[in-house]
Amino acid sequence: MKLLYFSWLKTKTGRAEEDVTPPQEVATVGELLSWLEGRGPEFADALADRAAIRVAVNQTYAKPGDPIGPNDEVALFPPVTGG
Amino acid sequence: MTVRVQEQDFDVGKELSELTKGNHAIGGLAVFVGLVRDHVGIQGGGGSEISAMTLEHYPAMTDKMLAKIEAEARERWPLEASLVIHRHGRLEPGDRIVMVAAASSHRQAAFEACEFLMDWLKTKAPFWKLEETDKGALWVDARDSDDTAAARWSKRDPDAAE
Repeated sequence: MKLLYFSWLKTKTGRAEEDVTPPQEVATVGELLSWLEGRGPEFADALADRAAIRVAVNQTYAKPGDPIGPNDEVALFPPVTGG
Repeated sequence: MTVRVQEQDFDVGKELSELTKGNHAIGGLAVFVGLVRDHVGIQGGGGSEISAMTLEHYPAMTDKMLAKIEAEARERWPLEASLVIHRHGRLEPGDRIVMVAAASSHRQAAFEACEFLMDWLKTKAPFWKLEETDKGALWVDARDSDDTAAARWSKRDPDAAE
């Protein structure tokens, strides 16, 4: 699974993108965030405020209960501020 | 009908001429151009100054979302033409960031669609502003007022935040 990080999520986690293989029981967006949180203090810090995090699966906004799979591109970012 | 994300500046007059060229069904053309402000917060309210900003984006999703937003506008209003241009990279105060235009037979559809395009773009298109201020570089926080503006148009909005 490919993960992308934008804005301060990139700064806080110290990475723009990476390939990860979460355990099989990680099947939804919400479960992925919880799993990521356990990967280290920088992730725990970056993901602490769930309300401030938006997730897109294959470039489409996703909700915590939406499914994810090994071939998905999952992006994590704060609410957008363009325009 | 046209969505463009680019680093370089654009010429508003030229873009509008191109957009309406040869289409004589158009009776109204509404346009919005967003510029980089030189300050944060309320005017005269002690906000910090901005010397520049960098717009980051998620290219694959930006293209998809802008196309979706434009398609939605065309479904809601009888548009003859529409245009969205958004810049990324480093910009300075006074620089153009975004341009949205909507053309229709009559002005009401053009005005409304133009506002709608901007409201949805601001809350959905994956861009993030990093401002260089006198207090250092700061990621801009999303504003509740933008969500409120976008919600005005909500009959059905599959991408609304939880």
